[in-house]
Amino acid sequence: MNASSIQKANPGMKDAILQVEHLSMKFGGLVAIGDLSFQAKRGEITALIGPNGAGKTTVFNCITGFYKPSEGMITLNGADGSSFLLERLPNHEIPARAKVARTFQNIRLFSGMTLLENLLVAQHNKLMKASGYTILGLFGIGGYRRASAESVELAKHWLEKADLVDRADDPAGDLPYGAQRRLEIARAMCTGPELLCLDEPAAGLNPKESAALNSLLMDIKSSTSILLIEHDMSVVMQISDHVVVLEYGRKISDGSPQAVRTDPRVIAAYLGVDDEEVETVLTEVGDEDVIEQLDIGPDTAHGPGTSSSYLAGPVSDTIGHSEGERVTVSKGASKAAQVDARASVAPRKPAERATAKPKPAAAKSPTPKPRGGRK
Amino acid sequence: MAVTVSSERDTVASPVQRAFREALYAGAISLGLFVLFIGLKTDQNISNQLILVTRWWLLITVVVLTMLGRFFYIAYGQPFMANQKIANVATGLLPASVASRFFLLPAFIGAIVLAVVLFVFGGALPGLVGDGLAGYLQFLRALAVIYALACVIFYFRAYIHDNFTKLGVTALVLYPILVVGVLSLMSWSFVGGLQGSLKWIDNFGIQILIYVMLAWGLNIVVGLAGLLDLGYVAFYAVGAYAYALLGSHYGLSFWILLPAAGAMAAFWGVMLGFPVLRLRGDYLAIVTLAFGEIIRLVLINWREVTNGSAGISGIPKVTFFGLMTFNSTDPNYIGKVLHIAQSSAYYKIFLYYLILALALLTAFVTIRLRRMPVGRAWEALREDEIACRSLGINTTTTKLTAFATGAMFGGFAGAFFSARQGFVSPESFVFLESAIILAIVVLGGMGSLVGIAVAAMVMIGGTEALRELDFLKQVFGKDFTPELYRMLLFGMAMVIVMLWKPRGFVGSREPTAFLKERRAVSSSFTKEGHG
Repeated sequence: MNASSIQKANPGMKDAILQVEHLSMKFGGLVAIGDLSFQAKRGEITALIGPNGAGKTTVFNCITGFYKPSEGMITLNGADGSSFLLERLPNHEIPARAKVARTFQNIRLFSGMTLLENLLVAQHNKLMKASGYTILGLFGIGGYRRASAESVELAKHWLEKADLVDRADDPAGDLPYGAQRRLEIARAMCTGPELLCLDEPAAGLNPKESAALNSLLMDIKSSTSILLIEHDMSVVMQISDHVVVLEYGRKISDGSPQAVRTDPRVIAAYLGVDDEEVETVLTEVGDEDVIEQLDIGPDTAHGPGTSSSYLAGPVSDTIGHSEGERVTVSKGASKAAQVDARASVAPRKPAERATAKPKPAAAKSPTPKPRGGRK
Repeated sequence: MAVTVSSERDTVASPVQRAFREALYAGAISLGLFVLFIGLKTDQNISNQLILVTRWWLLITVVVLTMLGRFFYIAYGQPFMANQKIANVATGLLPASVASRFFLLPAFIGAIVLAVVLFVFGGALPGLVGDGLAGYLQFLRALAVIYALACVIFYFRAYIHDNFTKLGVTALVLYPILVVGVLSLMSWSFVGGLQGSLKWIDNFGIQILIYVMLAWGLNIVVGLAGLLDLGYVAFYAVGAYAYALLGSHYGLSFWILLPAAGAMAAFWGVMLGFPVLRLRGDYLAIVTLAFGEIIRLVLINWREVTNGSAGISGIPKVTFFGLMTFNSTDPNYIGKVLHIAQSSAYYKIFLYYLILALALLTAFVTIRLRRMPVGRAWEALREDEIACRSLGINTTTTKLTAFATGAMFGGFAGAFFSARQGFVSPESFVFLESAIILAIVVLGGMGSLVGIAVAAMVMIGGTEALRELDFLKQVFGKDFTPELYRMLLFGMAMVIVMLWKPRGFVGSREPTAFLKERRAVSSSFTKEGHG
């Protein structure tokens, strides 16, 4: 954790395994990611955090080839000096050639296959070569038998790491939720990745499982760099070396966990402390109009839905309405921007700010945030 | 708000009362359903006018039978089945199962004696008791044989379950020998036995095995890769026409054209695969259905090559690897080479072993492929395509190999089919064939070779057996033809099996690799695939 301060002193010591430059992803008129640049360093855990709908999973989908980004460049630098432009590679070649593996927010295991089979499927490309693209292996020629035994050994190794070796011959769908998460990570590791992208690995885990996950990730970190989306701050703050914060598809902060934790923009956007403050103040003042306005639900027709996963359905489902219309987040919605704005304006008393600001917001269109916040 | 419980309303109706009510409902529903189906019939009168014939008595009979069936099921059937699950209070044992009370040793011996007696006097029966009664006695004989076989299966069920594959393959290999042997004994002559075996080997053995092979081939596409293919018969047609055209025009041997037919079918499998790669589920099914129809329509309309609906006849027979032939006029006819009597049964027996070998090849390749990366990738594709892509599996080539492999076995079966028939026409490759093959795969349990083989045997063998039920003419009248009802029975069997076992005869999945022990994966975890 404290390594980050040393890195800052010597920026050239660890090279970047992943460079995201000016990445934009637009769905019709909706800008899911706007001009995002960040780096993930080799041998580190980089966390990508942000409120729901900030575009974290979209960034993952761009990196792993499930989406083709509208603009920008994603470079992966392999340990052997090779480098790949991920936005140009076909979907399946990103894990196969660039060695980027991923897990999913909603677990995607092969539920009818056993744990061992799940891990063997992950070694598909290696085994295909060993079996002479099936033809030699079918007649028992060549080294398929040996390669097959080796792949079982590798699978066993990762099953032991994930503490699942006792259930190796059970169907994956039979596992409890926490174990399914660990199995998905083990499966991704069986592809032999250089960069592992984890989409909310700690979601739905109890504290004990979460701690086990932390130690598994720290173990993986020794061999593989990790890019992580996570909402669980205990995981993020404990294990990540570097944190990138997104809000409405834009980067609002980037640095060590400590630096990010104390960044007022992040506090405003992600941790939502200011919102609470605003509400208490308003309730104290007793401005009923303002309270009512704060309680407006999200505008379902615009902006990101409650789930940030666009894999759930075809893209057209989420953007079908925005024919020709450019849906952008109204300026007032970004709380990080508000912090900036506040810093430039002469400081006023919180009560004054709170009562004065909502007035212009009343004329604005509803924003996609569940709690309209202070506008 | 006080809730008053009316004691009268809450008492549970006794089974008989409930059965009475249910029977009335069932009667009303069947009356509504059948009043037009059965109660009325359109017919022509003597001056060719359309007239309406009413059949009220038939309607009443059907409705009353429905009501009785419902009544007895609710009043006695359901309580009986519930009692079977309740252990005796004193002994703590479950009641003896119906099966063990049904299959008794004395009854088994009785059935065997009856069957043997009826077989011995089989030829003399019509003369002794008259045609009508002889028909019933033949039916009784068949029932006795079935009962005896079921008894044997019941008492050795554990052994059969453990060694099903070995026993099944042995039985299939010995089948023609047994048939010829039994029939020779019955007619006291070897030649007579050969002649009599034609029906059993050709109509039952070969016919069933062709469908077993086709269903095993389709199983790769539907059962393993989860791609719903409704046009599988197209590949069967490609294989059949490949052999028919190349064999009759260029005189090429079956043994050269068999791989060629497979390769051509595989090529068309890839051709079909490319455009449908992006489609899933229902959309994929519709496009494959259309593909099957396109192939059939091309066969009908491209008269210069395929001879249209008239089909191609005079397709050369398979030779015994070029050493012997099955044409009695040839100098190296099998009878002349081996100095045995002339008979057409040799060819059928040879074809039986040929299709058995082809089907076993299909099974062998399927079993081997499942343990190879490509087979695992097919199953993974059925489970979750997006996860496959995230693991670096090229889903395009994986789907294409599944289509190509499945099509190749369809092509082999097609080449065999045209060699066996000696004649092909587009009539043999209608959509119904695809539907039957798919139904066999679904009934057997997608992905399970044993289940599919059993389903093919029941479905195809069952419909063939309907032709044997001539005695039914005595019950339903002279113009009753049981085989016309085979599709109705096929459909009924499917509905019953799907109610009883929604994932087919063998719903569980055998894992392809294991660390400690091989445990079957329950069907509740596997997915059917999305196309």
